[in-house]
Amino acid sequence: MLFFFYHTQGNCASFTSMVLMMSEITEDKPGKQILLLGNEAITRGALEAGIDVATTYPGTPASEIADTFSAIAKEATRQNKDPGFYFQYSVNEKVALEVAAAASFCGLRSLTCMKHVGLNVASDTFMTYMYVGCRGGHIIVSADDPYCHSSQNEQDNRYYALFGGAPMLEPTTPQEAKEMTRIGFDISEKLSLPLLLRTTTRLNHARGPITLHALQQPRKKGFFKKDPLLVTVPATARAKHPVLLKQLEEAEKISEKSPFNEIITIGKPKDVGIVTSGVSYTYVKEMAEELNLNVKILKLGMTHPIPRAMCEKFISSCSSLVMVEELEPFLENQFKQLAYDIGADVKIYGKSTGHFSRLYEYTPDIVVDAFSKIFKVKTPFPKPIQSTLKAPRRPPSLCPGCPHRATYYAVKKAAPKDTVYPTDIGCYTLGKEPPLEIADVLLCMGSNAGMACGFSVATDQKIISFMGDSTFFHSGIPPIINAVHHNHDVVITVLDNRTTAMTGHQPHPGTPYDGMGRPAKLIKVEDVVRGCGIEHIEIVDPNKIKETTAAFKRAIEFKGPSVVISKSPCILLEVQRKRKAKEEIQLYQINQEICKRCKTCIGRFGCPALYFAEDGSVHIDAAQCNGCGNCAQVCPFGAISAEGTQ
Amino acid sequence: MKKKTSIVLTGVGGQGVITAANLLGKAAVNAKVGVFVSEIHGMAQRGGAVVCTVRMGDVSSPLLPSGTADVLMSMEPVEALRNICYVNKKTKVITDINPIIPFTVAVGGEQYPKVEEIFKELSAHAELFTVDALKIAKDAGAIITKNTVMLGALAASGVLPFTSDVLLETILEAVPEKYKDVNKKAFDGGMKAIKK
Repeated sequence: MLFFFYHTQGNCASFTSMVLMMSEITEDKPGKQILLLGNEAITRGALEAGIDVATTYPGTPASEIADTFSAIAKEATRQNKDPGFYFQYSVNEKVALEVAAAASFCGLRSLTCMKHVGLNVASDTFMTYMYVGCRGGHIIVSADDPYCHSSQNEQDNRYYALFGGAPMLEPTTPQEAKEMTRIGFDISEKLSLPLLLRTTTRLNHARGPITLHALQQPRKKGFFKKDPLLVTVPATARAKHPVLLKQLEEAEKISEKSPFNEIITIGKPKDVGIVTSGVSYTYVKEMAEELNLNVKILKLGMTHPIPRAMCEKFISSCSSLVMVEELEPFLENQFKQLAYDIGADVKIYGKSTGHFSRLYEYTPDIVVDAFSKIFKVKTPFPKPIQSTLKAPRRPPSLCPGCPHRATYYAVKKAAPKDTVYPTDIGCYTLGKEPPLEIADVLLCMGSNAGMACGFSVATDQKIISFMGDSTFFHSGIPPIINAVHHNHDVVITVLDNRTTAMTGHQPHPGTPYDGMGRPAKLIKVEDVVRGCGIEHIEIVDPNKIKETTAAFKRAIEFKGPSVVISKSPCILLEVQRKRKAKEEIQLYQINQEICKRCKTCIGRFGCPALYFAEDGSVHIDAAQCNGCGNCAQVCPFGAISAEGTQ
Repeated sequence: MKKKTSIVLTGVGGQGVITAANLLGKAAVNAKVGVFVSEIHGMAQRGGAVVCTVRMGDVSSPLLPSGTADVLMSMEPVEALRNICYVNKKTKVITDINPIIPFTVAVGGEQYPKVEEIFKELSAHAELFTVDALKIAKDAGAIITKNTVMLGALAASGVLPFTSDVLLETILEAVPEKYKDVNKKAFDGGMKAIKK
């Protein structure tokens, strides 16, 4: 992601700092302090634990964990060296977890990272994996996203630990993220259970100073020792479930002694306690200090299983308890249960008393506001200013020159009114915004085509669905087979931009190289689709808008399932390629004498490089134009033409 | 009282806001000052609004309470306005003067306020410094050094818990040899823009 960010428009300074960082992160200099992103710190922690196999499917806010493994591996490949570990961008999270689980069964240390919703995809594997248990330490990183900064929901994955029976650690700072990863491998191995490292966006994307430990040599190759208890037929599963419960009892003993669970005192506390975990702890500590509170804070780092004895003792020592945790009352409910069990006379403030919300990300403001109500103290901070001037919204949008915009424009030309557009997860979701407004419903990865099947049964409206190439490989293929088998009358579009663009241009099975920078077998979308039994396939270059429109018309007319593959590389990669090859980037201009100000280019096509001047005339911002020339194709008067280069 | 410095950096995806925040963080580590940097990636990259926070000194949290920024540094005028909740009377607002009009204005019919109005509003609530970072970067030799210009201005504002040299050295460490000169010029240009 960082590579992409800097290459496209930013500062070449940063690209270099990324390279510098790469050498820093693999340095074997115990005691040295470096600045790392929370995600990078997790990767460093894995290197310090002698990681053997790392797998992922990319997803914000988890992406940089894997991207850092990838960058290290690529650099090693480039230098013809062994990075010491195997790394893979797997086809989806479920496969990623299975690849790493197999490595663990051979006694290797493995790590699988994903965003929170990725664990839903991997959950089938996850749940039974706890019964089977692991051999080599295995850390599963879930990057949750309170406030849905870049996600379709803000589910609280701590419940997966409870649900499946996984030990869980929750870091508060990048330094702790590194330490929990490093030590987490030992805990996982000791318990023979995969460990859930639960993080949130504000930790994944926070930078802080990291003190390095020595790097540990990886084991590299293991050996698979057969054991009939690894085969979860019903009889085995029945035998393994009580084993899991025993392992969790052992885990609780570890939790009781864990240095990650600690009590911190602010001022001169008596009988007021605060219980917190994750990034919330950092707000709690600082705001308690700012408000001059006298409180003791129980900071829980190992949040499953919670250290029951330690918690009971803490509850008994308090007359009131404040529970501060983002999202669900995961700890709050457990503490209420404990208080009931020990018959404690304690008032518990939290979500159930309305002092804290189950919604969104917490901030120091939210914490200070709740504290001032609970502790009846005044906030020391000035009231936030609300401007009388209104700032226009600046949501993200499809980039200038994005091939998705051209595809969408062509579809809108081809499709009848009331056509339903199920969409999917990726940059192309941004087609939701005006003027295109070509995204009608979205659930999760791969859901576009499954929903398309259902819509075709439920309505006579035309159905055109969209998914990206990486999404196609991730979970888009089964619904296509479903469409073929049941002969659903749908048009399924694969927006094939040759990369996983949204999360930072990671490779996928449709690219000729893998995450370690090695050559890999490229799988063509059209070959797969043909193999699924689709009879009507259109392959188009969306930058030829007329031809693309005609192709969609044919696909719509076809009775039965059809697939349109709209193939054009992500414009950011294309610009990057041109710059590297020292090719010129064509710029476009509007001839003001021909322009009738019909607004087709802005009002219907909607490229952000186009703008109205104060006198109402339309212009192209040369600094933003990526030279696709599609605006020249959509102009009904031929007022836009190539002129000059960048 | 514990010594803390809170900086909010804002701008538009692609302007180098995250880079600037990262460099400030590195400078703090080099100066052996405690630091946390917070950034939001993801969808913000596609030309969306970006906010980073940098907190230095005796801090635990990567985020700051509203109204407590020592500096609000913005690469774009309206983005400074959008984050006015962080300022108080003593906050130094350092902003570039060149607007980037969001597509919601062209397509969605929203209004981009007059730049003078934005500045009037900001100076009513904080101490405002305006910088033509684009021009200074151009004069230095490369538009892409705009964020270096802004960091120069930030260093000159006197709020950093380390010298401007530490920051400049951190920047120069991070750039390739052939860009060191331009970045130095850009940084100096930014510093002068604040020292009137």
